[in-house]
Amino acid sequence: MEEGKVFSQSLQESAAAYAIIQEKFGAAVSALDTNETMPFFEVVDPSLWTEIALFMREHPKLKFNYLACLTGIDYPVDEKLGIICNFESLGLLNHKLSVKVKCARNGGSIPSISCVWHTANWHEREAYDMFGMTFTGHPELKRILCPDDWEGYPLRKDYKVQDKYHGIKVPY
Amino acid sequence: MGLLDAGITQHNVLVTSVDNVLNWARLSSLWPMGFGLACCAIEMMATNASNYDLERFGIFPRSSPRQSDLMIVAGTVTMKMAERVVRLYEQMPEPRYVLSMGSCSNCGGPYWEHGYHVLKGVDRVIPVDVFVPGCPPRPESLIGGLMKVQELIRMEQIGISRADALKKLAEKSVDPRFIIEHERKVAGA
Repeated sequence: MEEGKVFSQSLQESAAAYAIIQEKFGAAVSALDTNETMPFFEVVDPSLWTEIALFMREHPKLKFNYLACLTGIDYPVDEKLGIICNFESLGLLNHKLSVKVKCARNGGSIPSISCVWHTANWHEREAYDMFGMTFTGHPELKRILCPDDWEGYPLRKDYKVQDKYHGIKVPY
Repeated sequence: MGLLDAGITQHNVLVTSVDNVLNWARLSSLWPMGFGLACCAIEMMATNASNYDLERFGIFPRSSPRQSDLMIVAGTVTMKMAERVVRLYEQMPEPRYVLSMGSCSNCGGPYWEHGYHVLKGVDRVIPVDVFVPGCPPRPESLIGGLMKVQELIRMEQIGISRADALKKLAEKSVDPRFIIEHERKVAGA
């Protein structure tokens, strides 16, 4: 936390939750980004991601029982793909925190957290469908919105639509 | 002019052509297939409901393509859906009609450039008889489109093709502006 800055109540709660995670995992997580809208940290060592997720759900002072959203992101400049997970402790401790996990842009993979929150099952399938990163340990990783034989990953920045799909012209 | 408008006299004897009777029967019970793809479907359902009451035209949705005469493509046709739309169209018995409702199914609508998953016009996969513009079209527009389909049926004859009937319809087209202006004037007076 930066000094001399006054944080809101919810941000203080997020920072307290982050401190517990940081104490346990040390260098495997980055520093907390203390913005008001979505305080987040990044998982520096993605191989620990499932373990961190389980810790966040189970620790009595964290109790993140609700995965509100899981979004995929493309970082073409850094040659990376990533996800952002928004967590809340709904009805229990009422704090929130977001987590970013990144992987290589070509053939990268991120450990699946669908065994921790079932919400992640379809959300990870969507991220895979739109960006093309794989989730290791996912029970059924296949496209969820696009047809199975669709070419490319539509939400990547350099995506070009295919010319024809089953003989039907796709571009305008 | 409709068949019933002629008036029935002389002991209920009516002299007309077979074409006229057949066309009158077909256009008076135009059954669309009950399916919608996006927000246009909401407008279509509103048109079916009591305020606009499509049943006064003999139009009411059927749950099977095999019982339908008309397909109202109401909404965004995705690439995934396009093949299903073709399948449904093929399951309809002939003669069948297609009305494309709204900008999305007409030409891709707001998804025309960045909608990688949207079919840019349902006429790329099935033949369309009537296009209704709008996003979504008001129920009045949809009724206008359906009446256009009825006009098309009225143009048909035994032995002439759909293309010829469409040509006849185009030749007979009436510009509604003058009628609307006239009605406005009458209402204002």
